[in-house]
Amino acid sequence: MLRTEEFTLNMGPQHPATHGVLRLILHLDGETIVKVEPVVGYLHRGIEKLAEARTYTQVIPYTDRLDYLAAMLNNLGYVQAVEKLMGIEIPERAEYIRIIVSEMSRIASHCIAVGTYALDLGGFTGFMYPFREREKLMDMFEMISGSRMTHSYMRIGGVAADLPEEFYPAIKKFLKEFPSCVDEYDGLITGNEIFQARTKGVGVLSQEKAVQYSISGPTLRGSGVNYDLRKARPYGIYDRFDFEVPVGEKGDCFDRYYCRIQEMRQSHRIIEQALEQLEELPGGPVMAKVPKVLKPPKGEVYHEIEGAKGILGYYVVSDGTTKPYRVHIRRPSFINLDLLDEMCRGWKIADVVAILGSIDIVLGEVDC
Amino acid sequence: MESNKVAEQLQEYFQSIGNNRKVLTVSPDELIPLMYRLRDEYEFNYLTDETAVDYGDYFEVIYNLSRVPQGDILMVKTKVDKEKAEVPSVFEVWPGAIWFEREIFDLLGIKFTNHPDLRRILLDDSFEGHPLRKDFQWVGGREV
Amino acid sequence: MVCLEERSIGMEIKKDLQTKHPVEDLTDDPVIIEQVKRTITLAPLEKILNLARSNSLWPMTFGLACCAIEMMAAGGPRFDLARFGYEVFRPSPRQADVMIIAGTITKKMAPFVKRLYEQMPEPKWVVAMGSCAISGGPFVDSYSVVPGADKLLPVDVYIPGCPPRPDALIHGMLLLKEKVKNPKVVEEKPWKAIK
Repeated sequence: MLRTEEFTLNMGPQHPATHGVLRLILHLDGETIVKVEPVVGYLHRGIEKLAEARTYTQVIPYTDRLDYLAAMLNNLGYVQAVEKLMGIEIPERAEYIRIIVSEMSRIASHCIAVGTYALDLGGFTGFMYPFREREKLMDMFEMISGSRMTHSYMRIGGVAADLPEEFYPAIKKFLKEFPSCVDEYDGLITGNEIFQARTKGVGVLSQEKAVQYSISGPTLRGSGVNYDLRKARPYGIYDRFDFEVPVGEKGDCFDRYYCRIQEMRQSHRIIEQALEQLEELPGGPVMAKVPKVLKPPKGEVYHEIEGAKGILGYYVVSDGTTKPYRVHIRRPSFINLDLLDEMCRGWKIADVVAILGSIDIVLGEVDC
Repeated sequence: MESNKVAEQLQEYFQSIGNNRKVLTVSPDELIPLMYRLRDEYEFNYLTDETAVDYGDYFEVIYNLSRVPQGDILMVKTKVDKEKAEVPSVFEVWPGAIWFEREIFDLLGIKFTNHPDLRRILLDDSFEGHPLRKDFQWVGGREV
Repeated sequence: MVCLEERSIGMEIKKDLQTKHPVEDLTDDPVIIEQVKRTITLAPLEKILNLARSNSLWPMTFGLACCAIEMMAAGGPRFDLARFGYEVFRPSPRQADVMIIAGTITKKMAPFVKRLYEQMPEPKWVVAMGSCAISGGPFVDSYSVVPGADKLLPVDVYIPGCPPRPDALIHGMLLLKEKVKNPKVVEEKPWKAIK
């Protein structure tokens, strides 16, 4: 009997389309994928163990380096978890600042997701435009925190400093320009025929599978599940803003990508509202009164926020000393990557890149 | 969130069930039937997080369950001895547990029975020990 | 011996060339000598090759962690590494000249980093970008991190920062350019490379 033999192809850990040091072992039948085996851990730095030897405040810089594309959101999850553990109420002004910077971080992260997705599918120009907007955001982050990527701006009890004067004109200018920039991405990437041919109907993820496999973020919403923690279980002051949760229909690569594009528009809406309400607030402190040496009471807390890639959870156990007994981080990219095998089966080699790009992983977060 | 109510209602079915600081506790033997019940009757259809903590002489495995899309959350815990660190895998209830459990096995060395693919995930196969255990010793970069 | 035209990139070489021009051996005609001297200059082959190498270093597309994003930003529209001729990021180590180690090297990744370096053709250079690649950075006391790229490979340029700004990367690449162009100076008097 005539039959073909399966063969294995190694992809990574050094590969331009794996977004870092991910390694995939592809089992192929001709060009068709039979099985994909993701091998992770090439960037495992042991942050969870290091956190046990640091004080509560010293853990904040490590959270930056998890998902370095949306560092503010990682800060937010951690500080809110510790605040929940200690029962700290933070000043309203700090709440607004947190919302503004974390939504800016979400836009910056989605800019990279969209730009590199275009690059993965062979469109170099599509990479340039979102990066242009990201640079503007980076400039503003630099004004706020002094650093472009790893901000460590949030503190347990508030934020490090009030927004500087020159930030307001900069963000207003950005907010004015940004909708037309998203239109530009729509024209350049979304509307592109080749892009649509490569993504529409590819790597379909059903609603049931997505929920069963604990998928979260735009990857889950692309499959049509309306689950955004900002709406489902609002944390901080997200219940004060009016925004929608974009949801896909079919659960293919295009839907996941398009969810991100629409989320950028919604984040823009949130920043606009938050900025308006912030400017009406009288000036005041941005830090709650917290002791210099933090000693949370004995206990544990699990807190989740909606990160840029999905649900970002922090589980912090305190034994009453100045250092956390255990910090566990539920990283969305790590869990979303689990289903790559299922999504890729039956597709061709070239589609692996399209499907992987649509999940939008960050290896710093996957490997922790 | 509603662990009091769940614990009360399920008292007659599960002997080991308890409610400690808003957390549902259960022994490992009764874990799987309880999880099926929570999924099917209480509609906790989403496993948000699974992790474990080393408390010296015993481990605690922590499950965080959610209702999608309503957004309720429930924490379930189970305790195992350090000597015989074995917990039944919940992958048949929520298939998403596969990677969570591989990570726990890798970093804490808890074995999950019936797990389809229990290998190290983050560390190299040649790595010795489980780093998140409290008695793990290593040589860090500064000392060398 | 290789000849170069005036106003070409080889102008830099001309300055330190003081030997007798070989055209003077061939003819006595002052017009010809002057013409040839004006348009043609001579330099050792090694020097010219180094000049060419230093102006078009091809980095490898090799991102490890956070610093890789700043490396991408350096190649992006605002910082535009292409102005210096270093934008040709090659995914294959066999086509690359420079390895920019952008991120934390873990013990699991270390053998791959080494193998990639070995696959690069000579001459090759290594840039350690960011504190993780320099010394392990904030993760130095971790159980799975290699404390610095120089534990594995010979590093030519260190760029501090966590992560370094794209401008810092460009500065680092320009320092590497000085080093490639003028290996002796850097070997003997490293401070001379920093202007």
